[in-house]
Amino acid sequence: MTTEDRAATAAVFDVNKVRDDFPILKQRVNGHPLVYLDNGATSQKPQSVIDAIVGYYTTTNSNVHRGVHTLSQQATDGYEGARTKIRQFINAGNDREIIFTRNTTEGINLVAHSYGRQNIGPGDDIIVSNMEHHSNIVPWQMLCEEIGANLRVVPIDDSGELLMDEYEKLLSPRTKLVSITHVSNALGTILPAAEIVQMAHAHGAPVLLDGAQAVPHMPVDMKELDCDFYAFSGHKLFGPTGIGILYGKTEYLEAMPPFLGGGEMIKSVTFEKTIYNDLPYKFEGGTPDIAGAIGLGAAIDYVNNLGFDQITAHEEELLRYGTDALSSIAGVQIIGTAPHKAGILSFIMEGVHPHDIGTILDEQGIAIRTGHHCAQPVMQRFQIPATARASLAFYNTKEDIDALVKGIDRVLEVFS
Amino acid sequence: MPGLSDLYQEILLEHNSKPRNFRKLEEASQTSEGFNPLCGDQITLYLKVVDGVIDDVGFQGTGCAISRASASMMTQSIKGQSVEKAQEIFDAFHHMIIEPGGELDYDTLGDLETLSGINQYPTRIKCAVLAWHTMKAALTGEGDQVTTE
Repeated sequence: MTTEDRAATAAVFDVNKVRDDFPILKQRVNGHPLVYLDNGATSQKPQSVIDAIVGYYTTTNSNVHRGVHTLSQQATDGYEGARTKIRQFINAGNDREIIFTRNTTEGINLVAHSYGRQNIGPGDDIIVSNMEHHSNIVPWQMLCEEIGANLRVVPIDDSGELLMDEYEKLLSPRTKLVSITHVSNALGTILPAAEIVQMAHAHGAPVLLDGAQAVPHMPVDMKELDCDFYAFSGHKLFGPTGIGILYGKTEYLEAMPPFLGGGEMIKSVTFEKTIYNDLPYKFEGGTPDIAGAIGLGAAIDYVNNLGFDQITAHEEELLRYGTDALSSIAGVQIIGTAPHKAGILSFIMEGVHPHDIGTILDEQGIAIRTGHHCAQPVMQRFQIPATARASLAFYNTKEDIDALVKGIDRVLEVFS
Repeated sequence: MPGLSDLYQEILLEHNSKPRNFRKLEEASQTSEGFNPLCGDQITLYLKVVDGVIDDVGFQGTGCAISRASASMMTQSIKGQSVEKAQEIFDAFHHMIIEPGGELDYDTLGDLETLSGINQYPTRIKCAVLAWHTMKAALTGEGDQVTTE
């Protein structure tokens, strides 16, 4: 889509029309219209994504790459077409740099196993932040344990911002990898990713960004960020579950050994020697989630059609509205108050555990997430066991926020 | 459909705000720790068992209203009871929570019966049973750490 196209559609962003594209949003839950505010966990899917998956299985289903017959060629075209869409979506240089995975977790594990084992040794440092999801902590802990490397953690301040001067202090010739989230899933903080990358590069260390919570909310540009790896999940980006993306710079991916051995990732196999396939197939052992890739391609078409100009503007407005609404309720405290945030309203209530908040809201058809959000070190940082988290997508409305506020009133009533 | 009032009964809310036996027992003969890894709930249970009788009981930890009230009411119900009786109460409670519609042993349950509404909320059952599994582990000595996963 050109800039002119985006400008033309920007004026007509009609959230109710957008909601019509998401069949699940039309239903009632526990007798109330569904208010879906759990987008940080997974997003809903537009009809076009559902149709793409059904269409694939109805007319095209076949295995990719190896067939000479028509359906196999069509399946391959669909699968590889999706790869191209994803490459354009994140402005990567080449389709070979786009590896299909199951999800963000698998992408990070791929880098830990393949890049990590080859390039990180005893006494080396891996740097993460205090606000990582467990999937950007545990793979590195496992690797550190295996090879005797050290996990270094960049602290955050009370608003949930990364302490950049502390980060600078941790960087050293021992730093062999920096793996940091682009947007915090528990707090919503948008990290200064380009700056983080630049600083690591100045010390010769590559950077992996966990983009799971970033890609649904903002345009991400691999050339601008200049990160070496970027991992995200399809299902948080309005696509199906089971499909994810690992972007990696060619020079890194070329040098890395394969992750999973099997079909697809080889050129030739004899019992004496196996020659690995070229990128990206070297990292795609086994029959991939073809329908998932095609579904993700359809999701990206959908997002592109709306355009991030509109999405970001709408979500920023919602986040402001929600932040003001929640802060004005006595006894409610927002956790994560960084100036630059995307899509997340984490909060706690005096005298009420988040799980009780979640159950009482659910009775009113309001879906939020409660708990530690797979980010226990963040909870420890704020000395709380859990939060209630409302997370936004472009199809949410001010009415959804109003329903949340009304739901919180009911929580206060029950616990009065 | 069950209503919120079945779940958040007055007695539950009262035990949540003023949990009984909410203290560390210095002279405990058995101590056990329970976790609900899914939600981060944590409980430490202290028992002082003398000649097969639960002479004293205390608990500490963090959790939602349901896990806290369930723990508080449990300590009340087992204090002064024999270990065998505590096991019976466990069985009656466990049966009530995990088998909706089953017959209830009102004599054994006493006040605990007011927690029966939880069995309509599958996502909250783990909250209700955490303290109980921790108690069972403390009594049987089956490891000093319990998780509900």
